[in-house]
Amino acid sequence: MDTLLRVNHIAKSFDGAGVLRDVSLEIREGQVVVIIGPSGCGKSTLLRCINGLEKIDSGEIWLRNEKISGLTKDLHLVRQKIGMVFQSYDLFPHMKVMDNLLLGPVRALGRSREETEQAAMAMLERVGLKDKAAVYPRTLSGGQKQRVALVRAMLMQPELLLLDEITAALDPEMVSEVLNVVIDLARDGMTMAIVTHEMRFAEAVADRVIFLEDGLVVEEDTPEQFFHDPQTERAKQFLQSFSYASKKQR
Amino acid sequence: MDWTFILEHVPDYLGGAWVTLRFGLYGVGCSMAVGLLCCLFRFFRVPVLRVIARVYVELSRNTPLLVQLFFLYAGLPRVGVKLSAEACAVIGLTFLGGGYMAEAFRSGLDSVEKAQKEAGECLGLKGSQVIRYVLLPQAAATAAPALFANVIFLIKETSMFSVLAMMDLMNVADTLRTGGGRTIEVLFMLVVAYLVILLPVSAAATLVERRLRYAGFGH
Amino acid sequence: MQDSGISILFKGINFQRLLGGLGITLRIALITIGLSILLGTIFGLMMLSKRKPFRFFCRFWLEIVRFMPQLVLLYLVYFGCARLFGWDLDGETSAVIVFTFWGTAEMGDLIRGALTSIPVHQQESAAALGLTQGQIYRHVLIPQTIRRLLPQAINLSTRIIKTTALVKMINVAEVLKVGQQIIGQFYRSPDAAFWVYLTIFLLYFIICWPISSLAGWLEKRWA
Repeated sequence: MDTLLRVNHIAKSFDGAGVLRDVSLEIREGQVVVIIGPSGCGKSTLLRCINGLEKIDSGEIWLRNEKISGLTKDLHLVRQKIGMVFQSYDLFPHMKVMDNLLLGPVRALGRSREETEQAAMAMLERVGLKDKAAVYPRTLSGGQKQRVALVRAMLMQPELLLLDEITAALDPEMVSEVLNVVIDLARDGMTMAIVTHEMRFAEAVADRVIFLEDGLVVEEDTPEQFFHDPQTERAKQFLQSFSYASKKQR
Repeated sequence: MDWTFILEHVPDYLGGAWVTLRFGLYGVGCSMAVGLLCCLFRFFRVPVLRVIARVYVELSRNTPLLVQLFFLYAGLPRVGVKLSAEACAVIGLTFLGGGYMAEAFRSGLDSVEKAQKEAGECLGLKGSQVIRYVLLPQAAATAAPALFANVIFLIKETSMFSVLAMMDLMNVADTLRTGGGRTIEVLFMLVVAYLVILLPVSAAATLVERRLRYAGFGH
Repeated sequence: MQDSGISILFKGINFQRLLGGLGITLRIALITIGLSILLGTIFGLMMLSKRKPFRFFCRFWLEIVRFMPQLVLLYLVYFGCARLFGWDLDGETSAVIVFTFWGTAEMGDLIRGALTSIPVHQQESAAALGLTQGQIYRHVLIPQTIRRLLPQAINLSTRIIKTTALVKMINVAEVLKVGQQIIGQFYRSPDAAFWVYLTIFLLYFIICWPISSLAGWLEKRWA
């Protein structure tokens, strides 16, 4: 497997406060990396730096053989290869679901409308929203909106998918319907970087877990290692705060 | 009320109304374009242009149209810039209107969440595509009431065109009034003529506003 | 002898004459603003009356006065009233009458808007705390009404100042007319007109801009 994404010693601060201090990581093609850590440790900032929503202060980010950090123009081309889904779904309220899905592929990638519509319907069916193609987002529940957001990102056929706490704003009943879609995508070989608080999900979907605290990578393991036998003290403490969530149901 | 007089001069009023409406609408159209540009310069923080836009908006909103027209029509020729009456009308109205439209667009754009811009960018759309497909439709829906209030305001301001040498409604009325008495009839027709212009514009504005709200919010 | 345009402004008392003309405009504006505030408050309260036909009439009146261009209204009063009623109104008086009608209607609408925008539960929670009606007015309603009202009222004042430029059209000796007189006097100067009108433009700006900036600042502060 080739290395798809390489993050080299990046740092980012806001107003003098160092949110990311020295972060490096590597994601291989087809891998799913889950980023975990306490609030304010820089997880979201890390994702936002990868696709250029935030400019890094130092370090480099490489997508395959292309340096994607420090670009001032043509950022949109990078973002066509890296998809992102947010906690607040951010569907376009003035467009129906299908138009939301078509906008990227047709306008940014120049694909044909009919082709994209077919692909979109197929994906909607796969996530269980086939009959919602012609409605406005405001009629959908949170879980449905998030599934549409995932389809929207996937239709761009990105090489890497970034998921930023996509279930944090959902009611508990809807969390699993969204996460099941993500697990499905992982099974299909989608390369992903996921920020989440859902520990059981993390364990189920991750190939690697990265524990971030205070802007530094504190520990990096396989999920089995991280959740059952963490190497560092701080990881242990962090997991204990989820004591009821990290117990596996057997 | 001398109805024969009135009927006799309906064509004059129609001509005047047509002049007023025509140049008024040109001015409105150009104002929207100028206003949108200024707003975008400020929104995207384009270096020099954004300051110019800010200064322009303040200048245009704090001076009367009448003074602007005098300057364009009687002042500029003296330094070699000779503009026709019609050009002055449109330029003057555009100068005034652009500032108001810029403010309306600004409040509309401000009301669209920042997250929408990011969502559009993350999808890989270029800046101009993000504006066109994501931001503007939503901004227009919020800005619509203010934009249309401005349209009506600008059409009313066209009464100033009478200082220019063009036969707009006010000049038609003036000519008839000074020409041969019958002041009451002349003024009555003037009021009717403006109602005839403004009521449809106002109705059209309400309709388009409703349509834009539908597009922006889906209801 | 050719006088360069800009030096004309400083010749003799020309600049003072311009300011004099501006003073007339401002006088009309200030009287209008004062009357509009007084009458507007009454009109605004009338608009909130419990009786429906009354409210309807007020609303109707507001829309009519707002709908017509001010210049047309000015003509109606200045030329029309003379004919209809035989009144001999001078330009200034006509202007004050017309602009006050308009200003009252607009101010009334602003006051109505400000009063109705205060959420009802503010009054209710104040009452629940045991405040008397008088205290509720004094500490809750009036301060909030003023905060919503003042920036917009100031903007209305700016609009009134700009609108008074219209009196040029009914032969009041305001600043544009004085400007024309000066230009006529110095007809030999090639670019007098440019500088005179530019000056008038800047004079209006110097007066209106601080006021509207104040309104903007208040609005931000009290948002």
